Amino acid sequence: MSARDFVFCISPYSRNPVLIMNDTNSNLHTIAGSMRRRLLTDILFKHVMTIGGISVIVAISLIFFYLASVAYPLFRPVQVGAWQSYGMPGEESERTLSLASEEQREIGARFTDAGKVYFFNLSDGKPRGEAKIKLPAGAIITSFATGDANEYIAAYGLADGRAVVVKQVYGVTFDADSKRVIQPGIEYPLGEEPLALDKKRDAIVKLAIQSKGDDTTLTALTRDGRLLLAGLAASKNLITGAITIERSSSTLDGVTGEIQNLIVEVRQRELYIGHDGKFITHFDITDKTQPRLIQKLQVVAEGEKMSALNILSGGFSLIVGTDKGNLSQWFQVRDEQNLYTLTHIRDFKPMPGKVTTLSPEYFRKGFVAGDNLGTVGLYYATSQKLLWRDAVGKGEIIAAEISPRANLMLVQSADGQFHAADVDNEFPEVSFSSLWEKVWYESYEKPEFIWQSSAATNDFEPKFSLAPLTLGTLKAAFYAMLIATPLALFAAIYAAYFMSPRMRRVAKPSIEIMEALPTVILGFLAGLWLAPLVENNLAGTFLSFVFIPLAVMLAALLWGLLPENLSGRVRPGWEAAMLMPVVMLGIWLAFQVGHPIEAIFFGGDMPHWLSTEMGITYEQRNSLVVGIVMGFAVTPTIFSIAEDAIFSVPKHLSTGSLALGATPWQTLKNVVLLTASPGIFSAVMIGMGRAVGETMIVLMATGNTAVMDMSIFTGFRTLAANVGVEMPEAAVGTTHFRLLFVSALVLFVFTFVVNTVAELVRQRLREKYSSI
Amino acid sequence: MKEWVNSGKPWIWGTAGGLALALVMVFGVLWLTAARGLIYFWPSQVVETTFIEKDGSKVRLIGEIKEREEVAVRRLVESGFKIPGDEKFTTRYLLKLGNRDVSGFDFKWYPEPLLTDMTYPKDILTVERHEWGNFYGHLKSVKENGVVVAEGEAAIAELDKRVERARKLFYEIFRTEKHDIGNINYELEQLRLKQRKLELDGKFDEAAKQDLQKQREVSDARFADIQARLEKLRTDIARDSLSAEVMDGRIVDVPLAKVSEVYRSNAMGLFDKIGFYFSKLYAFGTEDPREANTEGGIFPAIFGTVMMVILMSIMVMPLGVMAAIYMREYAGHGPLIRIIRIAVNNLAGVPSIVYGVFGLGFFIYFLGGNIDQLFFAESLPAPTFGSPGILWASLTLALLTLPVVIVATEEGLSRVPRSLREGSLALGATKAETLWLTVLPMTAPAMMTGLILAVARAAGETAPLMLVGVVKLAPSLPLDGYFPYLHLERQFMHLGFHIYDVGFQSPNVEAARPLVYATAFLLVLVIVVLNLAAVGLRNRLREKYRLLEGM
Repeated sequence: MSARDFVFCISPYSRNPVLIMNDTNSNLHTIAGSMRRRLLTDILFKHVMTIGGISVIVAISLIFFYLASVAYPLFRPVQVGAWQSYGMPGEESERTLSLASEEQREIGARFTDAGKVYFFNLSDGKPRGEAKIKLPAGAIITSFATGDANEYIAAYGLADGRAVVVKQVYGVTFDADSKRVIQPGIEYPLGEEPLALDKKRDAIVKLAIQSKGDDTTLTALTRDGRLLLAGLAASKNLITGAITIERSSSTLDGVTGEIQNLIVEVRQRELYIGHDGKFITHFDITDKTQPRLIQKLQVVAEGEKMSALNILSGGFSLIVGTDKGNLSQWFQVRDEQNLYTLTHIRDFKPMPGKVTTLSPEYFRKGFVAGDNLGTVGLYYATSQKLLWRDAVGKGEIIAAEISPRANLMLVQSADGQFHAADVDNEFPEVSFSSLWEKVWYESYEKPEFIWQSSAATNDFEPKFSLAPLTLGTLKAAFYAMLIATPLALFAAIYAAYFMSPRMRRVAKPSIEIMEALPTVILGFLAGLWLAPLVENNLAGTFLSFVFIPLAVMLAALLWGLLPENLSGRVRPGWEAAMLMPVVMLGIWLAFQVGHPIEAIFFGGDMPHWLSTEMGITYEQRNSLVVGIVMGFAVTPTIFSIAEDAIFSVPKHLSTGSLALGATPWQTLKNVVLLTASPGIFSAVMIGMGRAVGETMIVLMATGNTAVMDMSIFTGFRTLAANVGVEMPEAAVGTTHFRLLFVSALVLFVFTFVVNTVAELVRQRLREKYSSI
Repeated sequence: MKEWVNSGKPWIWGTAGGLALALVMVFGVLWLTAARGLIYFWPSQVVETTFIEKDGSKVRLIGEIKEREEVAVRRLVESGFKIPGDEKFTTRYLLKLGNRDVSGFDFKWYPEPLLTDMTYPKDILTVERHEWGNFYGHLKSVKENGVVVAEGEAAIAELDKRVERARKLFYEIFRTEKHDIGNINYELEQLRLKQRKLELDGKFDEAAKQDLQKQREVSDARFADIQARLEKLRTDIARDSLSAEVMDGRIVDVPLAKVSEVYRSNAMGLFDKIGFYFSKLYAFGTEDPREANTEGGIFPAIFGTVMMVILMSIMVMPLGVMAAIYMREYAGHGPLIRIIRIAVNNLAGVPSIVYGVFGLGFFIYFLGGNIDQLFFAESLPAPTFGSPGILWASLTLALLTLPVVIVATEEGLSRVPRSLREGSLALGATKAETLWLTVLPMTAPAMMTGLILAVARAAGETAPLMLVGVVKLAPSLPLDGYFPYLHLERQFMHLGFHIYDVGFQSPNVEAARPLVYATAFLLVLVIVVLNLAAVGLRNRLREKYRLLEGM
């Protein structure tokens, strides 16, 4: 019997190899089969495990790419689709006064000087009906004005000193196939009868209107140069349906020269008059019977002429366009005397030609500008950005319009052609300057860094400055590291180099438990226990930082003075255990001394003294508290990695040094620490990564206000805490939502870099150790 | 002295001081949570004292002393107290006065100099109520339908009897409302979904309509029955009340329907108190929360945490172990393994909130949204899996704890002696067989260590959960008696979030604080025990391998 006749076979189901005698061919056959199966299993096993290994890389890349994919659209340039050009809807001989569109961006409207409104398909210009404004027989239209875009209000001024107020309505119904049908039309909210504005019945040559709810304000310039103001409060009789109008009116004085623009803002409290091609005169018209002249201001440079003026949605900002193509934004700013003055806020990238038309967005702070060379520019005020610009059609731009959801632009050029294009402009608020630089927001006194993502009102200007959040994050990490780094490194040096193995067996798991403590518990203790304690014992807290090292040094000195036979009882390597009561004593002492010191030097209440005598704001939940607690949370992370690095320095290096006569401390300082320094560096890096991303402690132990200072007595708001607070409430897909993803991405990338560098350093160190 | 400094001794002591401070901090935090958390269940003495108002008039106070601290007199003066003498600091007490419905506030600080002697009258009654928190007062009488049935000394015995009766009725009502009415609501919701599904499929004809209508009527009839029964129970429970003298001398009636417990803590003996302590402890772990989570138990939070941790373990263990095996046994030394190591380190280092954001965006909105479109179209627009829930929460945490499992398992694998593998391979076993039959069984304790550490991490993690499925009050548990029994799409409660929410978002933080400490202690206890178990297991394993190595 040769060896060939035996086959070792290990059944996959048993641990014991079975020796099978190979006597028949059929048996051989089945054995070969089972062998194949075993090899197959082996290969399969390997592949499955490989999938497991690769999945780790997949997971981390998935996180990165998913976060990036959500954040990316914010930084994509505005996309404007292909322009659809079509002939002018309605009568071509009539002059276009204004364009409008409805929310579903299906239907557009063209107002003409013949008192007609033509409705048409925005996509192809096909007529969708027209309306003729009901005017008394023989009435001649001499002027026209529109109100705030999303109120859909407009008014016609007549040659006999009267005016008609109209409103576009878009009734939505659903037909049999539940398809949406929009029926455009015109309403007369103040009745069909024209309102007499001028008692002298002179023609109205310029008009402004604003209407919201029951209140309407009209301003009219008559042919003989009088400026009239009328406030109308409509009330509807619920039973009869009759509308009664209460009116208060006056004449405005003080404006000289040729008036080009009249603008009433949407709350009907301010009136802006553009005149002489370079001035804006501002009236307070809160009381319609007593308008107050506030200011006359030159808004363009000498030699330039204002050619267009409009007001952005929300009614704060004026946009001035000039004949040289310059564009600037102005709004009222409060000064020290509590007076509001119209102030130049920012300039935009100029248009190539003379600005002929300015049209604001319906809800946001964007606008579209057209010039006499046929250029159309899409701008956003807050981010000071020119989003898109191109030539459209031939000749001057007569009128422009952005649909209510800002997803379509409509332009009429001088050749009578209409042009419509889809616009993908969801995130105009985001630019480098709006995220990282000071921005002058509407109704603020000066440019500031502000994070304020939402508010109750619709025309709110979102404030998305990441600067205070980033500074808050760095502030948190700075104070935490200030406490954690020395503490953790000292502890690690001692634990790795001086501590006795028996104590090590207790101390290391204790520190591991410190690492495992949920941060929500640390945050809770910080906010509800430590913060009031620190406020109540501020001097004691600061004294602790001095007393603890002092107590330790004093104990060490006393220990050194003890006679040999006494101090020799405690073996080296147990100093830390002995120092624990000393440390506690130090803290206790500091707190005992703290209150008398506060009583003597700080008038009995240090936080109060700080704010009144030093002018330093003290918040109960402040950076000091976070620093202590987050320092506590980060310490074990730094400790374990640093301890590992120091402990694994090859022993023969230190024994060699000791043998040459160096003291243990010299050996540590000059040999061990130097060798382990890359490991210590990576420990600190990883600790910082942890401090930067920590959420719960910050959330619970600070007031979470986004401020821009480094004071230890104030709180802050970090990127991580901000995400934790705002993410559940952010609407999916909005700028706010995506900016929170950007915050998460920033955190991810920061920790990724830190951890990767730290890991590479450690890998290299490990190789170095193994080669020594 | 100079010699001493030059010897480097002070530095060594300095480093020792660092470690000592770190240890003091750890033990301090553990002691603090334990001391404050455990005291919560102990029946505290109710003190009666007199407070001197600014105008010199005296007010009687009845309540529990919750805290004392030394505070700057200036701050007390600022908040309207007139402190005699010119001391800069004085002591103040936090009194829990209860009776929120009577006086409007239930916690107040009082400076010591303005309080007179403190007495502990034995007859002060503490009443725990389902609403409005505790009530303190001297018991005067017990009433039935407004008529006094017992007074003076006899009142307390009668009260105990009647409170017991009211409590039984209360649970009866509670069960009926939760269980019976819950059943009917569930049936009606199922019928609605069935109809919607039929409509979506275009099969909702007259017959189906009639059928559904009939089923609805049956449910409605049962609902009416239960309503009638509830009505009767409610009249029954409203029968009795107690009346007691509160601190300002008024006599106040408390209906027993609102009472969950009465006791006289000043009259309790030590054993009474111990018994009371454990009954409270038990209730804390098994009852639902009341009063916007500031009272009652935390059972749903415990249940939710455990449930999530179990789901997470099921997901994380196979993947973590596979990755570890690949890294240790198959990957070799190429650049791939370096990349994987970097990836593992990064998974461990990425802030947990980032996982939350990823979980919300990818799992919930992307995966969950698509699942809803495909499988749960009938309940849209209400999302099923497209909203935060326990499945997504455990998946997110599985990702978060993956490196913990990998590191622990890898360490276990690395310690299995070479000789064992080589022996197995020499006997002709394939690599897979060697791993499966020899190496992995020996690594099981290491995997266990990894699992325990992962569980400990997940139990305490809060930040990502706020985004992916935790709520302050879940109406129903993720596991119940309705098909399919395990509701992975449901939101759940979690101990860590409970601490955050009750401690920081609750309208009455002062009242909630002891409960938060108790919850915090429970969480710390769980995590410390788990970690110690992991450490112990790891140490035993190392010993074992060291022995094997020596063979």
